[in-house]
Amino acid sequence: MGSVISFLSGAVRIGTVFLFGSTGETLTEKSGHLNLGIPGIMCFGALGGCIGVSMVGSVTFLTVIVAMLCSFIFAGFLGAIYSLLTVSFRANQNVTGLTITTFGVGLTNFFGPRVNDSAFFAASRDHFTHLFGFYKDLGWFGDLFLSYGVLVYVAIIIAVLVSLFLSKSKTGLHLRAVGESPATADAAGINVTAYRYLSTVIGSGIAGLGGLFYIMDYLGGSWEYTIDAMGWLSIALVIFTVWRPNLGILGSILFGALYILAYYIPVPTTYINLLKMIPYLVTIIVLVLTSIFGSKNVQPPAALGLNYFREDR
Amino acid sequence: MKKQVAIELKNICKYFPGKVMANKNVNLTLYRGEILSLLGENGSGKTTLMNMISGIYYPDEGQIFINGEEAVIRSPKDAFNYKIGMIHQHFKLVDVFTAAENIVLGVNEGKKFNIKDVNSRVQDIAARYGFSIDPKKRIHEMSVSEKQTVEIIKVLYRGADILILDEPTAVLTPQEIEKLFAILRKMREDGKSIIIITHKLNEVLEISDRVSILRKGEYIGTVETKKTTQKELTEMMVGQKINLKIERVKTDFDKPLLEIRDLCVNSDDGSLAIDNASFYIRGGEILGVAGIAGCGQKELCEAIAGLRKIESGLIMHKGENLIGLSPKEIIRKGVSMSFIPEDRLGMGLAPSMSITENLLLKTYSEAKGPFVDRGRARIRAQKLIDDLNVVTPSTETPVRLLSGGNVQKVLVGREIEANPNVIVTAYPVRGLDINSSYAIYDILNEQKSKGTGILFIGEDLDVMLALCDKIMVICHGKIMGIVHAEKSDKEELGLMMTGSLDLTEEKKGKNYGIAKDSNLTEEEWKEVKVSSEKDDSQETLKND
Amino acid sequence: MTEQKSLHEPLFHISKRAALPWWKAWLIRAAAVLAALVISSIIIVIVVGENPFKIFASLIDGNFGTSYKFWTMLENVALLLCVALAVTPAFKMKFWNIGAEGQILIGALAATACIMYLGDSVSEVLLIVFMIAAALIAGIIWAVIPALFKAFFNTNETLFTLMMNYIAMNLVVLFINIWVTSGSGVLGVLSKGHFPVIAENKSLLTVFVVAIVTALMFVYLKYTKHGYEISVVGDSLNTAKYSGMNVKKIIIRTLALSGAVCGLVGVLLVGSVHHTLNSSLADGRGFTAIIVSWLAKFNPLYMILTAFLVVFFQRGANQLASDFYASRVTEDFGDIIVGIIFFFIIGCEFFIRYIVKFRKKHKETATASDFLSEGDNVSDGQDNEPAALKDNALKGEK
Repeated sequence: MGSVISFLSGAVRIGTVFLFGSTGETLTEKSGHLNLGIPGIMCFGALGGCIGVSMVGSVTFLTVIVAMLCSFIFAGFLGAIYSLLTVSFRANQNVTGLTITTFGVGLTNFFGPRVNDSAFFAASRDHFTHLFGFYKDLGWFGDLFLSYGVLVYVAIIIAVLVSLFLSKSKTGLHLRAVGESPATADAAGINVTAYRYLSTVIGSGIAGLGGLFYIMDYLGGSWEYTIDAMGWLSIALVIFTVWRPNLGILGSILFGALYILAYYIPVPTTYINLLKMIPYLVTIIVLVLTSIFGSKNVQPPAALGLNYFREDR
Repeated sequence: MKKQVAIELKNICKYFPGKVMANKNVNLTLYRGEILSLLGENGSGKTTLMNMISGIYYPDEGQIFINGEEAVIRSPKDAFNYKIGMIHQHFKLVDVFTAAENIVLGVNEGKKFNIKDVNSRVQDIAARYGFSIDPKKRIHEMSVSEKQTVEIIKVLYRGADILILDEPTAVLTPQEIEKLFAILRKMREDGKSIIIITHKLNEVLEISDRVSILRKGEYIGTVETKKTTQKELTEMMVGQKINLKIERVKTDFDKPLLEIRDLCVNSDDGSLAIDNASFYIRGGEILGVAGIAGCGQKELCEAIAGLRKIESGLIMHKGENLIGLSPKEIIRKGVSMSFIPEDRLGMGLAPSMSITENLLLKTYSEAKGPFVDRGRARIRAQKLIDDLNVVTPSTETPVRLLSGGNVQKVLVGREIEANPNVIVTAYPVRGLDINSSYAIYDILNEQKSKGTGILFIGEDLDVMLALCDKIMVICHGKIMGIVHAEKSDKEELGLMMTGSLDLTEEKKGKNYGIAKDSNLTEEEWKEVKVSSEKDDSQETLKND
Repeated sequence: MTEQKSLHEPLFHISKRAALPWWKAWLIRAAAVLAALVISSIIIVIVVGENPFKIFASLIDGNFGTSYKFWTMLENVALLLCVALAVTPAFKMKFWNIGAEGQILIGALAATACIMYLGDSVSEVLLIVFMIAAALIAGIIWAVIPALFKAFFNTNETLFTLMMNYIAMNLVVLFINIWVTSGSGVLGVLSKGHFPVIAENKSLLTVFVVAIVTALMFVYLKYTKHGYEISVVGDSLNTAKYSGMNVKKIIIRTLALSGAVCGLVGVLLVGSVHHTLNSSLADGRGFTAIIVSWLAKFNPLYMILTAFLVVFFQRGANQLASDFYASRVTEDFGDIIVGIIFFFIIGCEFFIRYIVKFRKKHKETATASDFLSEGDNVSDGQDNEPAALKDNALKGEK
């Protein structure tokens, strides 16, 4: 029982990284922009968050707020560069995205060690890792539902909000229209450029929080260079959950479970990578199955990857 | 009482790079509560002009006045604020959304969004003007006329007073057109101002109060509908008095070249697109195919060219079975197929490649060795340019930089250059001005005189009645009848297009669409049929 | 009244250019690179606190300083160029193969597997033949799988090939773990399967092979029937179908070629460059190559230039890391500069393809000559704009 609980809560924790990334990327992709810069953006978000922490110090809960804000702004900044190039300058999205990843990873790895003050982070991390101190008194229930840091709950709330926003609100309807058929949205008087900029910048900001969570909560305040791998898994998760952030909550836990499965089941270390492959394999399977059998409702946004120029006919 | 001016355009100009001026000093006035027809040939700048009122384009020069005040329309949103709504020819709808979701798109109602409210308001508008619509139906499940209804309601939902309809009748049946016109008249009574873009004269005379004419991007003039005639409008539209009669060359018909029996073909979504069609084309004749857009023309073309799987039936060319052959083998047999899609460039030509390279499209594989023979193609390209008077800087100019007429000349020229014995051509004059169209008709007639069999899929019934020897009408994939062009008229064709008249019905059992002097005897037909069914089970994958 | 209204006109207006003379286009690109270098210099001064000229001198030293550095640079250019060549035919067809990284790795894995399992039983020459064959076949398989699904089910290839990369990476680690019994997870230098060294220069073979591949790819794309078919499919899929081309076959064949060239890079890495295998062997080249190919407009000859540009900064950054160790400069600095340069080049393409017109007053724009002609500096109108607007507003008030 205990190991099952710790396995599940571990899955939720690492899954949170993917959830931030995939919720952000989904928001962006719904506008028709495939942002392959997400790995770099998550790195840069982590850097921003760490800078935020080192600015405030480990004073209060304020540390978390400032860190989130910095993380969001840093990641959003890269999202803004991506938008400038793809939305305004109509550059190829794949090329721009990959460049953002190179740039973001480079920046983070260059500046990361400069802000990395491990003693400092160790002092601050407690503000991140456990939101409810009393969870230990509640047995397995506490372990499973209340043992997490604040960002885990933030991730779930954001995913639910984005999901509601996309399916229920007028603005969400407009955003989906922009991603399905920008010419239609434009003719309907929707500002395609503004929607694409905002969804990319906000989506990037959300993804950036995933980087912050990974460093400050999951790794407990130690610096690491492997955030970009999390970014690629987040993009996989977007496909796996057929562009639905609410499914993303479950999907992220599943991906998280697969990611840490190797530590919980008796598998010879030699073969651990067979397990690590599974998230990518299932993503491919979902991709293939939806393309063969999928109804119109599980397809990628129709204009995904295509830039829009009004006078193009 | 002086009529109130709704829109006034002054000296509007619009340029597109690399092309001639799309609009040059256009002046136009629209009054309140009137229907104004904007008449002009394809390519005369009607749509461009209207796009500037609806905010898709921004004029390079000139002013727009709305209700007497100068207006700046930078985007469709601005246009809505001026209560202008445009119904585009190519519907601007999101396929995966419902009708109501599409209608409410971009509307700022200043209250909480609730799709149920929208649904009921859509129903209200529909009831007021006599539309029938299901607000919850998704666009990809709708017919063309339903989609058009959604477009019109979309504009009305925003409270538009000025409606612009771009060729609304092109995709409708005569009966649907009547319905649409009734709705437009109702709107006029309601005080709305309507501009309807068209190039069909009878519709202009039927629906509008006044007619404004554009020619080659220039404003020619405005006349009151009551005081004008078809003849006057035609003259204003084309500029000079021209003989509308298209020559029908007399030839001695040969034996059937292409014989099609009991053909069934599916469309992309798996539904039956061509339903048990039997017909034949003789050498030296033009067989026209008429039908409403999407009635199976495209699938028929693709089936003949070997591009689409045939469910059942036979296609015999000079007594040989074409089914099971690859598209390339069919081309080598002398069967040419060209299809001009709505965007004109997409299906026959590679837009950013040169004339020379486009000429190679169907013949490049014939050169020996692994290389493409561009040297000889360049000579052929030059010859084609000279023969057909293609206006181009050189043989190496990308075709997308040519004007529409020249693009089509290149396409048709390439098809006849291969010396085919059967030409299947769909919409070869789509989007062309009259002179270019005539050049294409001449080419087809010339081929016909040489004994080529031509299947001509067209849009304009007048042209088909004048050009073709026989006309086959299709409705929902079924052949409604094949008539002699000389003995038929538009009413008859129109009735058949909508399925109201089925000539095959009367002659049931009389082997409709089967040539008496077939290349094969009935026994031989049966043999081919049996053997092709046997092959079918083994070779379905061959064309993939 | 009317003049006040004209204040609300759009400030500028964008439309497509017909075509720009090639030299003007290259001038714009050169200006973009220059601007990127200026920005980079500013960053250097602010962040590192060093004289940018010293940094650039160090960059040049890192690439051309010694014969060894020079040849390593050339070898890296060759490898990156080769991957760029591999992805190019697919890109020309608008097939977004971003799985080159995985195709290289799987090729390298196959080659290494040959060494591990056949190294002791066959002669060195035969082993090399097996390595090459295995690498090419593995690369082909890895590229053809997504191609098959694209051709038959229109499965999104960008996402598919992306996922294939990580499966390849995990496979590489898996096999290393199987082979390395110590559990260290590091495969040492392999003693077998070394490619011949030409003229005592280890890099020469790679450079030579890639030079041949470049020439062949140039000819293949420009003059052969296959190259012609690729162009047509990339330009208009429907046209290709309507002219009787078997598009499915073309997609699969082209991706097989892509995979084969990636596999070749894999076997070069194992057999000639590193003599070992690890999951970061491809070093991100599969991704960088996409940008290299795209910036070169899919032209193999221009790719030499763009590949050099990238390698110059990456190699140079290694030198920086040792020269400016005290200022805590790491080789990641190369990625930052490359990123900035790419942003500028990607951005400048916009000004090559589109023209930005700034609007003036109505009455002055009576003739077409008022519009900026092709290639006119777009900033011309910008500077005049505020003054004209102010002027206008004043008149309106009177």
